[in-house]
Amino acid sequence: MLGAGRVRVRDAAPGWLGAWLERASPWIFLAPGAAIVLLFSLFPLVLSLYFSLVRLEFAPGGFRLAFVGLDNYAKLIVGVDREEFVGVLAGPSPAGWAAWGLAAAGLGWWLARSARTVSGRGLLARAALAAVSAAGVWLAVRTLAPHGRPGSLVVTLIYVAVGVGAEYVLGLGLALLCAQRIPGRRFFRVVFLLPMMITPVGVAYLFRMLTDTSKGPFYPLWKALGLVNFSWVNDPWGARAAVLVGDIWQWTPFMFIVLLAALESQSTEPVEAAVADGASAWQVFRHITFPAILPVSSTLVLIRMIEAFKIVDLPNVLTSGGPGTATESLTLHAYVIWRALDIGGSAAIAYLLLLIVTVAAVSYVHLVHRRAVGAA
Amino acid sequence: MRWSRVTAVRVLAVLASLVLAAAVVPPSPAPGAAPRSFAGVTVNIVTFTGPQIAEPLQRHGPEFQKMTGARINVITVPFSDLYQKILTDFATRTNSYDAIVFDPQWMGDYVSAGYLEDLTGRVRADPTLQWDDILPYFRNFSATYNGRVYTIPLDGDVQMVYYRSDLLARDGLKPPATWADYLAIAQRYNGRDLNGDGKPDYGSCVAMKRSAQSYWMFLSVVAPYLQSKGTSQGAFFDPRTMRPLMDNQAVAAALDVYHAMLKDGPPEQLNMDVGDTRGLFTSGRCALSVDWGDIGTLATDPKTSKVNGKVGSVITPGSRMVLDRDTGKLVPCTTQTCPYAIGGVNHAPFAAFGGWSCAINKAARPQVKDAAFAFCAYVSAPPRSRVDVTLGITGFNPYRRSHFGLDLWVKSGMTRPMAESYIGAIRQSLQSPNMVLDLRIPQNAYYEGVVLDTALAEFLAGQLTAAQTMKQIEDGWNKKTDELGRAKMLGAYRASLSITR
Repeated sequence: MLGAGRVRVRDAAPGWLGAWLERASPWIFLAPGAAIVLLFSLFPLVLSLYFSLVRLEFAPGGFRLAFVGLDNYAKLIVGVDREEFVGVLAGPSPAGWAAWGLAAAGLGWWLARSARTVSGRGLLARAALAAVSAAGVWLAVRTLAPHGRPGSLVVTLIYVAVGVGAEYVLGLGLALLCAQRIPGRRFFRVVFLLPMMITPVGVAYLFRMLTDTSKGPFYPLWKALGLVNFSWVNDPWGARAAVLVGDIWQWTPFMFIVLLAALESQSTEPVEAAVADGASAWQVFRHITFPAILPVSSTLVLIRMIEAFKIVDLPNVLTSGGPGTATESLTLHAYVIWRALDIGGSAAIAYLLLLIVTVAAVSYVHLVHRRAVGAA
Repeated sequence: MRWSRVTAVRVLAVLASLVLAAAVVPPSPAPGAAPRSFAGVTVNIVTFTGPQIAEPLQRHGPEFQKMTGARINVITVPFSDLYQKILTDFATRTNSYDAIVFDPQWMGDYVSAGYLEDLTGRVRADPTLQWDDILPYFRNFSATYNGRVYTIPLDGDVQMVYYRSDLLARDGLKPPATWADYLAIAQRYNGRDLNGDGKPDYGSCVAMKRSAQSYWMFLSVVAPYLQSKGTSQGAFFDPRTMRPLMDNQAVAAALDVYHAMLKDGPPEQLNMDVGDTRGLFTSGRCALSVDWGDIGTLATDPKTSKVNGKVGSVITPGSRMVLDRDTGKLVPCTTQTCPYAIGGVNHAPFAAFGGWSCAINKAARPQVKDAAFAFCAYVSAPPRSRVDVTLGITGFNPYRRSHFGLDLWVKSGMTRPMAESYIGAIRQSLQSPNMVLDLRIPQNAYYEGVVLDTALAEFLAGQLTAAQTMKQIEDGWNKKTDELGRAKMLGAYRASLSITR
């Protein structure tokens, strides 16, 4: 007999419905989440792949999609839109040759080293990655050469490389400062976070006002420096710098707050022991702190890198992609032609961007992130 | 025949319903009768963010609601997004817009796809609209496509040059007759203080920002080089072959002029749209500008203008050299090459854009269509439009015969000389036998807004030489024409040039 408050559970064998529910319950619980992922991710992905292979035409009562195969991609890579997408290729400068030589040598050394430790599919994948990286460096060298012109592809890569690099370095620096026990560090934590709270379009308009040398809050400064008649937007690199400054200002807080959390969660004992042994601040950072936060840093850079590829607000509002197309990112390029309802062309750019981001992210995970986690 | 009780009750119920329905649904009013009631009807009407264009719709909406009960909901989107927003809404049959105030150039896409309500019968049946008061050009370009009426014009567009009449009069200069004159005047005044604030100002302020409306400014520059033998000659394509007219000495000369405007303008000119340049001109910082009719009315605004009474308007400058289409070279203007030249100068005023017009979604409910038509007719009718075209903030420029009375403009705040100059320039442009019609073929938004706009932006930024710019435009236009079908596009282009003025 059961005690008070306890309930007897019937021991009867489950019917066929109960048995089926028992077997199917994992799928039943997973189904809603899977449906959402399919509906909002996979189906649109497949549909936009289809869009990249068609051209929108208006027809009485609606529209039709005419299949054009790879024509939209061909236009971008070898056709009338090549210069806007890929850029204008010119002979490399001496510095360009040097950079290309270094990159080629580095990639060759890496492949040779890999051949000793990796074989089969792994080696093939690394060879393919090396080829793609080499092609990317060659493209950058030739489009950044004196008579060349980078297209939206290389401009985006510049935004990613320079932007994410600067954001990490600045974010780490600010995190190291705020991790010290100094007066006012809580106040600075809040202040350093503020730029991330502002909408990207707001940041773009803010920087448009700040970079206007003829009026605005910085006008006295520009006047004192004799730059009243200078315009950031008239020079391609000036305009790119303006976009980068705005982007770095906005996203450094993201790096800062995550790195600060990583620093503050670090165990203090190894640091105290190192200090007791006479290690300098730099030695403590180099051999203890940095390796400890490496996994977090690597994840942070990966997340930010994927986001940075999609930059559109700043170049759109700050410069409309100008002067000319000097600050046009891949997403902005897709947006401009999508506005004229060139859905196919826009989808083709989006898919090429997806390919580039996937290759970059997967390579980063395999070659950098796993090592960073392993090293820690 | 005897009815059963059930049958009798049913017949009576049907009759009662008919009587009740007649009482609830008001009959269409007789012409000239009091406005029809649209109680409970909401009209969603989309247009450009503005404040221009949206402002008069937002202002007249509550008046119209008070009169008729129809609620007018004005939705605004940035200009660069308007084309695709509307087309996406219609093409996907979302139909969240009942009416649109848009660029009539886009009729080539909207009408051929069957999205717009045919208004031919309605415009004739509504005496308050005063259809015949609308100038023939706007009735035929902005409103009519393939012989049917699809829009109600709310605005008349033609570009002009504005100049500081006080400065030119003081220095004994005439308004520019050619683009060379324009550049000479701009150079003379650039860097001088033009508004007494002690800061150097600018010779010329022209919108050059990409993805704004800047390519129309270039088309005003190139027009007199390209077209000299009348409107039906066209200025975009060879009407015999659909070959673009964008790679020749005429366009090269125009690109030189356009580029020269950069150095006598504000440092930020590459990032300026018409909103920026209008503000600069009316604050007295520019000697010259190229714009639609808006600067004329904005100059009279006592709150923002420092140049009221100091603004002159003139037909867009012309050229003494014009294109020989067979050779691609520039040849001097003679009676043979320029039959419409004035003093040896070929003028080709450009009716850029056509003028904002109201159209109705064919898929809207019948009562909503009626309310939308009534609202647009209300806004366009002379009692309202006569005032709206004199207010700078509306963005509406003259398009009716009744808009050209001098007293109307003097009463709005213009000085008499300024008013004479302003409406004289518009009248001379609209009456010019060599006026250039804007491009009105399918996907003109791509030809102008993507290919031409991008190439011009790259040229001004120094990314392309003039030769590369011309080739890029030609290649881009040819590619699009081949995609859409050369024969079909040639037919559409020829049809657009046969518009009666």
